[in-house]
Amino acid sequence: MDPQQMLFAETHEWVAIEEQGDSKVATIGVSQFAVEQLDGVVYVELPRVGEQVAAGASFGEVESVKAVSNLYCPVDGEVVEVNESLKDSPALMSDDPYGQGWVAKVKLSSDAALGKLLDKAAYDKQCGESQ
Amino acid sequence: MRNRQATQLLFELSKPGRRAAVIPPSDVLTDEPLESLLPSEALATEELALPEVAEGDVVRHYTNLSTLNMSVDTHFYPLGSCTMKYNPKRNERLAGLGGVVDLHPYQPESTLQGMLRLLYELQGILAEISGLPAVSLQPAAGAHGELTALMAAAAYFAERGEKRTKVLTPDSAHGTNPASATMAGFQAITIRSAADGSVDLDDLASKLDDQVAVVMITNPNTLGLFDKGISEIAKRVHAVGGFVYLDGANMNAILGVTRPGDLGADMMHFNPHKTFSGPHGGGGPGAGPICVNEALGPYLPSPMVVREGDAYRLDYDRPRSIGRVRSFFGNVGVLVRAYCYILSHGPAGLRKVSEQAVLNANYLLARVKHILPVPHGDKCMHEFVASAERLKATRGITAMDIAKRLLDYGFHAPTVYFPLTVPEALMVEPTETESKETLDAFCEALFRITEEDADLVHSAPTTTAVRRPDELTAARKPIVKWNHSGG
Repeated sequence: MDPQQMLFAETHEWVAIEEQGDSKVATIGVSQFAVEQLDGVVYVELPRVGEQVAAGASFGEVESVKAVSNLYCPVDGEVVEVNESLKDSPALMSDDPYGQGWVAKVKLSSDAALGKLLDKAAYDKQCGESQ
Repeated sequence: MRNRQATQLLFELSKPGRRAAVIPPSDVLTDEPLESLLPSEALATEELALPEVAEGDVVRHYTNLSTLNMSVDTHFYPLGSCTMKYNPKRNERLAGLGGVVDLHPYQPESTLQGMLRLLYELQGILAEISGLPAVSLQPAAGAHGELTALMAAAAYFAERGEKRTKVLTPDSAHGTNPASATMAGFQAITIRSAADGSVDLDDLASKLDDQVAVVMITNPNTLGLFDKGISEIAKRVHAVGGFVYLDGANMNAILGVTRPGDLGADMMHFNPHKTFSGPHGGGGPGAGPICVNEALGPYLPSPMVVREGDAYRLDYDRPRSIGRVRSFFGNVGVLVRAYCYILSHGPAGLRKVSEQAVLNANYLLARVKHILPVPHGDKCMHEFVASAERLKATRGITAMDIAKRLLDYGFHAPTVYFPLTVPEALMVEPTETESKETLDAFCEALFRITEEDADLVHSAPTTTAVRRPDELTAARKPIVKWNHSGG
């Protein structure tokens, strides 16, 4: 997936929106910048399929050598799929954060939260300021 | 060839038939086969895999192993937030007296009067230091104290029919705070820090409602800063009917200077192994006594030590208590050491402990900030947090590299990568007993490391028995069990 087409949360999750029939499905992952800061992901706690999630609420965890960090859901909706391969191979998140390292797919219940997300340029600017 | 008796496992040193004791032949005369004496499921089907070593091998293994350790007795140990202070030898002598170590909790109370008096007096002393009247000595560690206090708060609200589901913790909090809240059945919600490292009052206000049971605050906080907003925070939490919990991990900064109860806290824990000089970890189990306000007192664990005339007894008649949280009366050994430490110093001495701890930390801060930036100000309480972020960007040397290289210079590393709000954090807490010479030597080592060849620093430590383990692989594919096949 092309990060230039993605939206980003201030809390470092990325979102790629896909139209599926009448509904929209968001694929969610963790940004390259955040993965580099985490310095080696060792465990990912995934949300449950079927779980209702709200934008801004914690829906998983990423554990690295340094720390455990919350994964915040950037959108409102229902979890329809999770990346089971992260359970055995958490390194996928470090190695390919915008591809094989995706975390979950959420079927949107509303578009409301999308307006608060940043485009790649704005997100990069935020990361540059925190450097 | 290096002698590896210390770093090899006893299993690796094992040789068939070698032993430390000769067991005499059994003098129980019976011809009965073993199978008829014991049920078959109780009999082993194969030999137990135990190491076979001589007494000398065992003694050398452990003695040599002990010399590889870094400890407060051998090295400067500025592990932030852990208060690795010197453990006075007097405490060990007193805690080793026969009247202390030879007691058994099943003895009749009439023969335990000395110990019960000590524990009773310690309850009173901790109430005085905390400014909170009700005390339980039972919890077995700081985090256990957090959990116990939150369970008491949950019982308090349950009895009043109040459905409070949330506990708020700042993003700079110790990880135990949200963990304890979750274990006690609450939803843990994070409050943001303001730019100066204190609790962001606006963010607190936006999350504070009548569903909030407890707000957990560490003051001084994990950046080593005294949060001046504490009284305002307490006022706002009390206004919605919640309680303020004070994480007492950093009490070494404020002993005898101010009291959590006076700041508006309703409950707190002490870490006797930190603040009151009991040994950490391998030196014996810790304890996490808690102090709470009058309203929460009836919910504290049972039993408590009470005094009746000149006699002391354990009081189990506590109908609203959450019950036991630990067998017997908790980890009494470390409580005895805390009692000895507190009485050795007295009120004025304890205040001096904190003043000296804060002075040492500020001296170190004033020197270290010229080597590594300290993002949150020029003054601190008992500890401060420096950042290697710039050094990482310019020379590729991280906080972890510095920590590892310090071992080569003969210093234990500071805490690294905590708190999470500071990138490439090094959290330094010198404690009160370190001399100026020691602090200067630490600064000198830190300065030299920042100037050293980056490859050398990346390969550190080079002088320790075990070099730099692959922590990433260790965390991703942990091998937690040794087995014969060498796996």
